Amino acid sequence: MGSISLSSVRKSFGTTDVIPGIDLDIEDGEFVVFVGPSGCGKSTLLRLIAGLEDTTGGQILIDGKDVTAAAPAKRGLAMVFQSYALYPHMTVYNNIAFPLKMDSQPKDVIDRKVRDAARVLNLTNYLDRRPGQLSGGQRQRVAIGRAIVRQPSAFLFDEPLSNLDAALRGTMRIEISELHQQLKTTMVYVTHDQIEAMTMADKIVVLNAGRIEQVGSPLDLYRTPANLFVAGFIGSPRMNMIEGAEAGKMQAKTIGVRPEHIRLSPTEGAWSGTVGVTEHLGSDTLLHIDADELGPITARADGEFAVRSGQRIFMTPDRARMHRFDEKGLAIR
Amino acid sequence: MARATTTRSKITFTVVGWLCGLLLFFPILWTFLTSFKTEGDAIANPPYFLFFHWTLENYAEVQARSDYLHHFLNSVTISVGSTLIGLVIAVPAAWAMAFSPTRRTKDVLMWMLSTKMMPPVGALIPIYLIFRDWGLLDSRIGLTVVLMLINLPIIVWMLYTYFREIPGEILEAARMDGASLAKEIVYVLTPMAIPGIASTLLLNIILAWNEAFWTLNLSTSRAAPLTTFIASYSSPEGLFWAKLSAASTLAIAPILIMGWFSQKQLVRGLTFGAVK
Repeated sequence: MGSISLSSVRKSFGTTDVIPGIDLDIEDGEFVVFVGPSGCGKSTLLRLIAGLEDTTGGQILIDGKDVTAAAPAKRGLAMVFQSYALYPHMTVYNNIAFPLKMDSQPKDVIDRKVRDAARVLNLTNYLDRRPGQLSGGQRQRVAIGRAIVRQPSAFLFDEPLSNLDAALRGTMRIEISELHQQLKTTMVYVTHDQIEAMTMADKIVVLNAGRIEQVGSPLDLYRTPANLFVAGFIGSPRMNMIEGAEAGKMQAKTIGVRPEHIRLSPTEGAWSGTVGVTEHLGSDTLLHIDADELGPITARADGEFAVRSGQRIFMTPDRARMHRFDEKGLAIR
Repeated sequence: MARATTTRSKITFTVVGWLCGLLLFFPILWTFLTSFKTEGDAIANPPYFLFFHWTLENYAEVQARSDYLHHFLNSVTISVGSTLIGLVIAVPAAWAMAFSPTRRTKDVLMWMLSTKMMPPVGALIPIYLIFRDWGLLDSRIGLTVVLMLINLPIIVWMLYTYFREIPGEILEAARMDGASLAKEIVYVLTPMAIPGIASTLLLNIILAWNEAFWTLNLSTSRAAPLTTFIASYSSPEGLFWAKLSAASTLAIAPILIMGWFSQKQLVRGLTFGAVK
């Protein structure tokens, strides 16, 4: 069991309100991702749930029990840190065994659990090594191993992949998702990387300046962003935002269209512009187009799309997939 | 490409390094040599370097005139005692300042350091009077306490810089893993801080061993450490250089030997944090 419920949780450091008040429910077994730009309070929120920071106000319930004032160890959670935070003076075996030793479990039980965890995470051959002798990916697996042996009610991940190189990040992403499918334990995952959020989450919580901008499934957020911030944050490359007369035609302050929802043609279309930089990604081509009075527009074409810099090009947005926003930046439905 | 002058600059640096080393070591070497001279040879001009009449009579006389072992034991008690008490006080202090700093932590550290900037003689009269009234003059307890207080700022500062190097996330991980504060300190913090604690310990024993101002002023015989033992061979009349050198050699030998065996630890301590 591992449902987490926050009600008007506040946190201030001195006179600055980092989190002015958050209500959020995390269901048992859910994979929830907190995403947002740096400084948005997502890590602080996770540390409040963990108990590493004290709340300034509000209530935190885990499985219906009020843990607002409980010590981290009493909350039954496990955490994986960005820096891995392994104990450098202990072997991999002892690192993974540490939470069990703290729980005073019998030696044979500890041994069995550590070896099980090591097998799941492909660490069996490294049990006698120290963290300093491991690669980044292996260290991260040890940190995860240390978390899973306790069989916590929920896992907390604080940007666990940001110290890894891009290729390794891809594999670890899949490993963590597989782990979630195997264990079916609640996971709360903090990241600033919207690709990690989109690919791993059951539910994404978009945070900005300590406030929740929107909560929803990855595709919900992609299809129906609640406001300009979410529209700009979710999706890569980011949504094109157009203001002015063109937006006025659709009775909106701002209109948004994603690069993948623009049809390109060399001869005809609703808008026109001059091709600037083109990025060939193999499977796709990204075109950065100077669309005269509309401003710069990014469009996505297929990988074989033949285009030269400086060429005149015509664009037709997919009207059904366009987004309209009012003066306050809220979506008009 | 490496610089073309690599070999030449390597030689230069080696020569300069050796020269500096010899320059620093020379007084100790000269004291050592003088301790084997007769009093007459010791003040000869021009001085003898190696070719003089080698004698052990200074050592014999020093041993006959004063009880080396008595002063040696006093030195050990005072330096080790003051360092250990200092550590017991400084570890929690440095811990608090490194891991839960407040807005005033920097000021407290500066204030502690500033006490080292005052000339000790400024505090001599009041401390002397307190010692006299409390019957602490010429007592080992009194000297231990005074030396502990004098070196406390340095101990706190050294430990503070060590503890600062320990990432807070590791301590938080221990807390998440269910460790109580006591277990966190025993199983995670202390093992990680042991190199730092060890070099702080060694350096402070050396500082306390060599401290002369307070030991000379607050002790005469019963509690007198080796510094007083050396000073007793200086006299306003007569020849005493050779005997003084013999006493000095005897006094610095133990700490020199200890420093030699622990130099790896000491160098690590003095340059800790300079490079990652």
